[in-house]
Amino acid sequence: MSALQPAKPVRRTEGNGGERVPVVARESRRTRSRGRRTPAGWVRGGGLSALLFLLPMLFVFGAFSWYPIVRTAIMSLQHTNLVQPATWVGLDNFRAVLDDPQFPKAVRNTAEFAGLALIFGYPVPLIAAVLMSEVRRFRGIYSALAYLPVVIPPVVAVLLWKTFYNADSTGVFNTILGWAHLGPYPWLQSPDTALPSLVLESTWANAGGTIIIYLAALTGVNRELYEAASTDGASLWRKVWHITMPQLRGVLLLTMILQIIGTAQVFLEPYLFTSGGPANATLTVLLLIYQYAFGNSLGGDYGSATALSLMLAAFLAVLSVVYLRVTRSWSTT
Amino acid sequence: MRRRRHTPAPPEQQALVSGFDWRRPGIRWGVGGAQIALLLGLVVIGLGPLLWLAKSAITPTQDTITHPMALFPNGSDWGNLRAAWTDVEVSRYFWNTVVLAFGSWLSQIIVATTAGFALSILRPAYGKLLTGLVLTTLFVPAVVLLVPLYIEIVHPPLIHHSFIDSYWAIWLPAGASAFNVVLMKRFFDNLPHDIFEAAEIDGAGAFRLFWSIVLPLSRPILGVVSVFAILASWKDFLWPLLVLTNPDGQPLSVRLPTIEAQTPLGVFLATLFIASLVPIIGFLIFQRSFLRGGGLGGAIKG
Repeated sequence: MSALQPAKPVRRTEGNGGERVPVVARESRRTRSRGRRTPAGWVRGGGLSALLFLLPMLFVFGAFSWYPIVRTAIMSLQHTNLVQPATWVGLDNFRAVLDDPQFPKAVRNTAEFAGLALIFGYPVPLIAAVLMSEVRRFRGIYSALAYLPVVIPPVVAVLLWKTFYNADSTGVFNTILGWAHLGPYPWLQSPDTALPSLVLESTWANAGGTIIIYLAALTGVNRELYEAASTDGASLWRKVWHITMPQLRGVLLLTMILQIIGTAQVFLEPYLFTSGGPANATLTVLLLIYQYAFGNSLGGDYGSATALSLMLAAFLAVLSVVYLRVTRSWSTT
Repeated sequence: MRRRRHTPAPPEQQALVSGFDWRRPGIRWGVGGAQIALLLGLVVIGLGPLLWLAKSAITPTQDTITHPMALFPNGSDWGNLRAAWTDVEVSRYFWNTVVLAFGSWLSQIIVATTAGFALSILRPAYGKLLTGLVLTTLFVPAVVLLVPLYIEIVHPPLIHHSFIDSYWAIWLPAGASAFNVVLMKRFFDNLPHDIFEAAEIDGAGAFRLFWSIVLPLSRPILGVVSVFAILASWKDFLWPLLVLTNPDGQPLSVRLPTIEAQTPLGVFLATLFIASLVPIIGFLIFQRSFLRGGGLGGAIKG
C-alpha cells in the first residue's frame, strides 16, 4: 500500500487508509494538505465524490430536520398565520400558553399518564424477560407472542381496544369481567377511568419492544458468575438479585428514561380514544399542541404550538440530564 | 445446599437456573410453572385480541354487538370482508399505503446508505461535524418538528407550490432518519477495511466501491433497516393525516377513524383485520430481523 500510494494521484479513501495504517497516515496527511490547496486537488483527493454521496443526506436533513428545528425556535417568538407576514412578539406566545387554563390540566394528565405507564409497564416486561431467557424450548414462540402487539399498526390497536372498551354490559371487557360478576365499568366514558384505560392499551402495545431489549441485554450477562454463585451455594433469588439485576442496571435505567420521554409525547391514544375528553380528563400536552396548531378551522395558533413544543423539549432535555447525573452517582457508589 | 460443588454444569447450560437447580423439585415446579403461566398469559394477551378480531371480522355485526365473546352463535358472515374490500374501498387505501411505504423505504435506504458510506468510509474532513449534527437530531423530540414541517409543506421556501396532497411530502421527510444513518455508519465502520484498500489499489472509484463492495456486504443491516422503514410507514398516522387531505389519496391508517364512524361494526372490524394482516405476515416471515433489530435499538441507544 505504502509503495503504491505515491504513484496513485487519486486517493479517494486516503483518510480511511491513513487512520488505519500509521506509516501511511503521516505521509498521506502531508500530501493531502498539499492537494487540498487548490479546487482541482480537492477533486482529485476525493472531496467531490464524498460531497456527492453526502448530497441526499444534506438535502433531506437540511430541509426536513435541521431547518425546521431552527424554524421552531424562531416561530415561537413570532405571530404567524400564513397569510400576513410574521411579526415578532417576544415571549408573548410562552406567556399565552402558561396562562391557558388548559395548560396545567394537560401537564397533570401527561405526568399521570407517564407515571401510570411506569407502574403498569416497567416491572412486567422485566419479569417476563428474565423468565423467558430461562426457557429451554420454544423460546422463539415466547418472544414472537410478546412482540406481536408491537407490529400491529397503532391506529388499528387503538380502534380495536375502543371496541373492547365499549361501556355497555355487552362490551368485550365488560362481558369478560361479567363472568366474575364485576362491572360493567364505564372505561373511556368516565373521567376517572379514561386515562388508566389509555395507559392499559399503550402498555399492551409497547411492552413487547421493551421485552426484546431486555432479552438482548440478558444475553450479555456474564454467565460465569452464575456458575460461580451456584458453586458457592447461592439461591436462585440471590442470583437474580445480585448477578442479573446489577448487570442489567444500565439498560434498566436507560429504558426508564426512554419510556418517560416516549410517554410524555403521547398523542395517538388520547386523540383517537377520547379526543381529550371526557371533561378534558385525557387532554395531554401533545394533544394541546395539536389543538393550538390544527384544531381550529379558522387558522392555527402556530406561535403557541411551537412555544409549547419547545417547552416540552426543554423540559425533557433538562430531565434527561438530571436523570443521567443522578443515576451516574448511583452506579459509582 | 453445599452439595452443589460436585455438579459442574456443561458450558452451554451455564444459565441463571443451572442444571442442578432444574433437578430440584421446588425450582423445577416454581420456575417451570411460572414459564407455563407466562406462555398462557402471552397467548391470551398477545394473540387473544387478534384472534378475537379475526373471529369478529367474519361474524355478523349483531352477534358481535350482543355476544362479543360467543363463537359464531348464528354462523359466520364472510360478506364483511368483501364489503370492506369493495364497498369501503379498502383496496384503494391499501394500495395508497403500499405506495407510501415503498417510497418512504426507498428514500430512507438511499439517504442512509450514501450518508453512512460517505461518513464511515470516504470520511471527508467535515464528516465529524455532520455526524454530530445528525446525532443531535436523535435527541430532538419529533413534536418540535411538527408545526414548522407542516408550514414548510404548505409554503415551501424558494418554491411557490404547496406540497399538500403530494406523496413527496411523506417520502422525503421520511428519509431524515438519524437512527438509520447512525445504524448504517456503525455497520460500515465494522466492515473489514482491508477490502476497500485492495479495491482501491485495483482502481475502483468511490462509486464502484459503494455499489459493488459495500452494498453487497451490508445485506443484513439493509434487511433490518428495510423491515423497520416499511413497518414505520405502515404505522404512521399523524403526519399523513396533516399533509394528505384528499380522502382518495390517504393511507389506511388515516382512513380508519372515518371508516369507524361510517360503517357497521362487522365491516369495520373486517377492515381492521385487513389493515393488520400485512404487518403480521411480514413479522412472521422476517421475525429474525424484527427481534434482532429490536435488540439492536437498545444496543445503539445504549
